[in-house]
Amino acid sequence: MGELLVPFEYNYMVKAMWVSGLVGATCAFLSAYLMLKGWSLMGDALAHSIVPGVAGAYLLQIPFAAGAFFAGLLAAVGMWFVRQQSKLREDAVIGIVFTAFFAAGLLLVSINPTAVNVQSIVLGNILGISDEDAFQVVAISAISLSVLLLKWKDLMVAFFDEAHARSVGLNPALLKILFFTLLSACTVAALQTVGACLVIAMVVTPGATAYLLTDRFGKLLALSVAIGAGTSILGAYLSFFIDGATGGVIVTLQTLLFLAAFFLAPKHGMLAARRQAATSGDATGKAAQ
Amino acid sequence: MTESLETAGAHRKSPATGVPPGRAPSIGVRNVTVVYSNGHVALDDVSFSLSAGTICGLVGVNGSGKSTLFKSIMGFVRPTRGEIRIAGLPVDAALKANLVAYVPQSEDVDWNFPVLVEDVVMMGRYGHMGFLRIASKEDRRRVDEALERVSMTSFRKRQIGELSGGQKKRVFLARALAQQSPIILLDEPFTGVDVKTESAIIELLRDLRARNHLMLVSTHNLGSVPDFCDQVVLINRKLLAAGPTATTFTQSNLEKAFGGVLRHFKLGGSDLHADDDRRAVTVLTDDERPVVFYGDRNDPRRGTEESKKGP
Repeated sequence: MGELLVPFEYNYMVKAMWVSGLVGATCAFLSAYLMLKGWSLMGDALAHSIVPGVAGAYLLQIPFAAGAFFAGLLAAVGMWFVRQQSKLREDAVIGIVFTAFFAAGLLLVSINPTAVNVQSIVLGNILGISDEDAFQVVAISAISLSVLLLKWKDLMVAFFDEAHARSVGLNPALLKILFFTLLSACTVAALQTVGACLVIAMVVTPGATAYLLTDRFGKLLALSVAIGAGTSILGAYLSFFIDGATGGVIVTLQTLLFLAAFFLAPKHGMLAARRQAATSGDATGKAAQ
Repeated sequence: MTESLETAGAHRKSPATGVPPGRAPSIGVRNVTVVYSNGHVALDDVSFSLSAGTICGLVGVNGSGKSTLFKSIMGFVRPTRGEIRIAGLPVDAALKANLVAYVPQSEDVDWNFPVLVEDVVMMGRYGHMGFLRIASKEDRRRVDEALERVSMTSFRKRQIGELSGGQKKRVFLARALAQQSPIILLDEPFTGVDVKTESAIIELLRDLRARNHLMLVSTHNLGSVPDFCDQVVLINRKLLAAGPTATTFTQSNLEKAFGGVLRHFKLGGSDLHADDDRRAVTVLTDDERPVVFYGDRNDPRRGTEESKKGP
């Protein structure tokens, strides 16, 4: 029994747990919106695009968040520009731009192997996070979470029905900019906990899991945040025992929850759909798809 | 519900929202030209104006600029030239003042979005709520009334994707009712809707007209236009005709609007009459409800029952 409490005796473990929890909660909040709009890959693109920014920031000894933000912005503008100027499909544009940025990041790191550790960027390093970095991560998450709590309904309307959002006096374009600003900020934060490769899971899986469990957006948010925070805290805790990369453990836990929901969700799960189809032969709505 | 729409309209148009009290709903489109960035001219010098207590049908083929016109009124598209005024205000100010409600086309709605019927109707109240969008008792009451008005109360806890085509339309009508805006834009409200819902919608629109609302309805459903629209605007990039249905919704104007796009049946001469009456029966249809003319090309279409006699 005492053995299970050992992680709490180490300062770095406690810090890792609550910082991960906060980041997980914020990313999960955003995931509820992202997966509904079919923009999930945008999160992935962002995460990879900020790698050169983070590498550059460590080289230049400036706050990593500033570098990441700059790179993310550059990538977003790049994607927008290529999309405007060509007839290429969105996925192709995203694919080209984000791999270009990721490659540039790896190049930067490999030229200066002493200044930055590839592994900590690609896989995250929450257990060894410095106090400064931890402060940046916490500040980003706390501000984002507060903005989301104040504006979640406006964002919901803007995402559900832009024309209606305008008709009640909202500015959907501005809200989208707000959303993507928060998304990039949180991607930067998540990079520190799970690494560039797994950020996508943090900003998609919790929302997707909650989507299978409820038909109301408010509940979906609450569930998603609970899943994100819970798996992140537990993941950081477990990584102490199994000596695995924290990011890998967190995302594995999220995947397990998703699978449970996928099969067992009371209304939209696979088994429920089977049952419905068997009893009525007329499964409707999401269950049928 | 009857008096509520008017009284709320009165206090909403308080000086605080920038709308002078007693401002009547109107839409003024003046010399509007919209050119998209790829050079496509979607609207070319279109002008018309509509005032309170009107149901106006907006008729034209696909690609005629109907949706561009709607987008311009909703402020998504800025006219390249000309201007649009709503109740005398620029578009953005009118939208901020909650003067316009919008009923989207069914295919523009994400039916898998996790919202219940009552959640969607409650969205109509957002313009009346504070910063955090917390519903007041009043907001809840309006939602209840709006749901009752479109007979959707028993479906209020359903996710919107679980509804039939007609029920889906009713949800968004209820949202517009709960919003209490004096101007309502409806985009193809009869597509994919059963006959019962269609008459319910028409009855609701007439009811709102009697209470001085202004409705602009884009529709393919030519047959029912004379049944409920008192004004029509026909466009094909340019304005083809605009005015009272009786004098504007004529066979010759429709032929201008639709060219060779519609199915066109004409019965005349000995097929129709045993005498030498020169009037002919003409049926124009785009495979929804057809519009039937009897007489010369410039006669307006009369009565509502003729439309049900197909060829």
